[in-house]
Amino acid sequence: MTGKRTSLLLPNKNLTRRTALKGMGAAAGLMAAPGFVRYSQAQSSEPIRIGFQAHRTGIGAAYGRWYERVTTAAAQAINDAGGINGRPLEIVTEDDGTDPKRGAEVVEKFANQHKTDVVFGTLFSHVVVGSAPAAGELKMPYYVVSEGYHVASGSLNRYVFQPGITDVKAQVRAVGPWIAENVGKKITLVYPDYAFGHDHRDKFPERFEAAGGTVVGLVPIPPTETSFTRYFPQIPSDTEVIYHVMVGPGVLTFVKELGEFYGSSGPKLFGFIDSLEAVDINSPGLEFLDGSYFWEGMPRYLQPDASDAVKAYRAAVGIDDNGASVNDPKDVSTSAHMFGCWETLYIIKEAMEAAGYQGPADRAKLVEATEALTEFPEGPEHPQGLKVFSPMIHQSFGQQYISQVSGGKLNVVHTTSIEDGMYEPEADYTSMPL
Amino acid sequence: MNAFAAIDRRALALHLAVIAVLFVLQFVLPAYHHGIMARILVLAVFAMGYNLLFGYTGLLSLGHAMFFSAGLYGAGLSVYHLDWSVPAAFGAGLAGGLVLSAAVGFLALRTTGVAFLIVTMMFGQVAYLFTLYFTDWTRGEEGLTLPQAARVLGPLDLTDPTTRYFAALVLFTIALFVTLALVRAPFGRVLVAIRENEERTRMLGYDTFRNKLGATIASGVICAASGAAYVLLFGYFGSSFAAVQYSILPLLWVLVGGAATTLGPLLGTILMFYLVDLSNDLLNSRFPDWDVSYLGIVGVALVLLILFFPKGLLGSVRDRWVRWLP
Repeated sequence: MTGKRTSLLLPNKNLTRRTALKGMGAAAGLMAAPGFVRYSQAQSSEPIRIGFQAHRTGIGAAYGRWYERVTTAAAQAINDAGGINGRPLEIVTEDDGTDPKRGAEVVEKFANQHKTDVVFGTLFSHVVVGSAPAAGELKMPYYVVSEGYHVASGSLNRYVFQPGITDVKAQVRAVGPWIAENVGKKITLVYPDYAFGHDHRDKFPERFEAAGGTVVGLVPIPPTETSFTRYFPQIPSDTEVIYHVMVGPGVLTFVKELGEFYGSSGPKLFGFIDSLEAVDINSPGLEFLDGSYFWEGMPRYLQPDASDAVKAYRAAVGIDDNGASVNDPKDVSTSAHMFGCWETLYIIKEAMEAAGYQGPADRAKLVEATEALTEFPEGPEHPQGLKVFSPMIHQSFGQQYISQVSGGKLNVVHTTSIEDGMYEPEADYTSMPL
Repeated sequence: MNAFAAIDRRALALHLAVIAVLFVLQFVLPAYHHGIMARILVLAVFAMGYNLLFGYTGLLSLGHAMFFSAGLYGAGLSVYHLDWSVPAAFGAGLAGGLVLSAAVGFLALRTTGVAFLIVTMMFGQVAYLFTLYFTDWTRGEEGLTLPQAARVLGPLDLTDPTTRYFAALVLFTIALFVTLALVRAPFGRVLVAIRENEERTRMLGYDTFRNKLGATIASGVICAASGAAYVLLFGYFGSSFAAVQYSILPLLWVLVGGAATTLGPLLGTILMFYLVDLSNDLLNSRFPDWDVSYLGIVGVALVLLILFFPKGLLGSVRDRWVRWLP
């Protein structure tokens, strides 16, 4: 009888009470061992580790510096309010060199060496696209603040999200009708002749033309070009608006030469502030921009109607009323993009809490929990404004700001609605295997 | 004669030992270093291809990113747009490297010295701009990713870390022994002779142009093999791999490891990777508040290296201690 009972309790019939006790003792010893205690505590009090892929060096360093400051400030705010699921947040930063190869290596380093829970970052599209395969293979949730269309296009994988900033397709669609109705109906696009510029060229016209506008000229500027005057004669004479999205160190030359070419009688200008992020709008040579319009993801200058949430955010990240560092007025922020870091960290927090996230084993649950999110209401966690999240394309939609340069400042003249930029999802990440 | 045979046996034993160590590392390296080592092995092949032309033939090129990219794009675009299998795509990458290196070699080898450097750099820049110009196909600087499902070789999933490491090791082993065979063969001896004194080599009756063209093609194909393997194993290709920095990097890896040594490229690639990686770790852990880039540490380390190992690590080792090192 005894033997039979034993076999019911203990599957191995050869197991005696002595060996069973030994085994239980060993198990108790294991639980008392330092490693196990550490593991047990990890469920409750160890930090949530977030790998932050930062452009500390390379062409994105000006953005990276501010992304890092905002990330540090957001982590501090989250920790001051009790952390994530009661656990403190720890940011582990690695420099990606604004290089896609290094970006992928950094994702591997976060996953395999730092053992971070998720990876978060970064701006430049090529680093995000280059890092995405590593994130997918390692099944590492990868939240980016890049504004590229690469996530929403469906070309990456299920582990990549862009919930804290809108994408370029939504941005250009949102501003198109307003330009047609308020600035001019005949537009010439001046853009860099590579993928970033092509996104503007291809995605801007649809809603602009639907609002009665006409694209009268396309002026692609070859990469590595340093002087632009010889391209300006290609701008048709009936152009009412020049739409410019130049980036990189040549932008100051571009604006200066445009001013010299047209003098005071040229077409009106609409640009993307990407060109002048981290650049003082009052820099010598930029006088020609006075009166021109810019898209801004979030206003650089403190606006008279700014909400308390915006003021609190600006104070936390350390920018003054002109959008420069409170410690150095010459250190101009990248405010049209960097808010995305603040908002994305809060979205990670929300998703982790919804998933009951405990550790790396819950990463798939975290992906599903992020996909279950639909809306991020305006407030201290989302000071840029309300966002609507599309789980199918892992992309948020939000409002855009259009500002005019006047009196040496950028003043918001129009805020687009979320619907202005929305488009039908063109992919479905949720159908991909986890 | 016996002495030569002994040197060959020692060299062969050393190379086999290196492969054996790399094989064993697969089982002992922590996950991060395991993944990184696979990347290093692939990139070391790039450096070995470069070394064949620079180290052994004495031709300083600043356009080798185009050969790496020929493989990268040849393989990547074949999979992305044509759904080719991995072996076919790898073949397309090699073919791209072969055609490009033959064409560039035929034109650029009419120059020597600094002119050769400038001409190759210009061809490299043309190749880089090609990747941007055809953005509709390549997505230019943003680049493209290959889906995991497309990166399989029969039953082998190339995105699996173990498989990837072995695939990288196989490629490295083949490239290493091909390089070793080439430089020990009469062809390799002629290349060294050209490096040392091209006029005298020509006077001895060798067609130096044909030999240099052969070296350029061999170098280009090895670099293309590295590029093709890189995209198939790691799943991303973009214009940054065609930019001039990827022409400078193999030069740096070869100079650090030791030009005209068969194992120098591997050593240089490993050293440069860990110099960057560990400098970052050092700054992050010890001096988090310092506004200093890892580039400062890397720069100082390279200056010291050049002071104490002017011919690169293995080059100086060969000069001072191990004369038989190939």
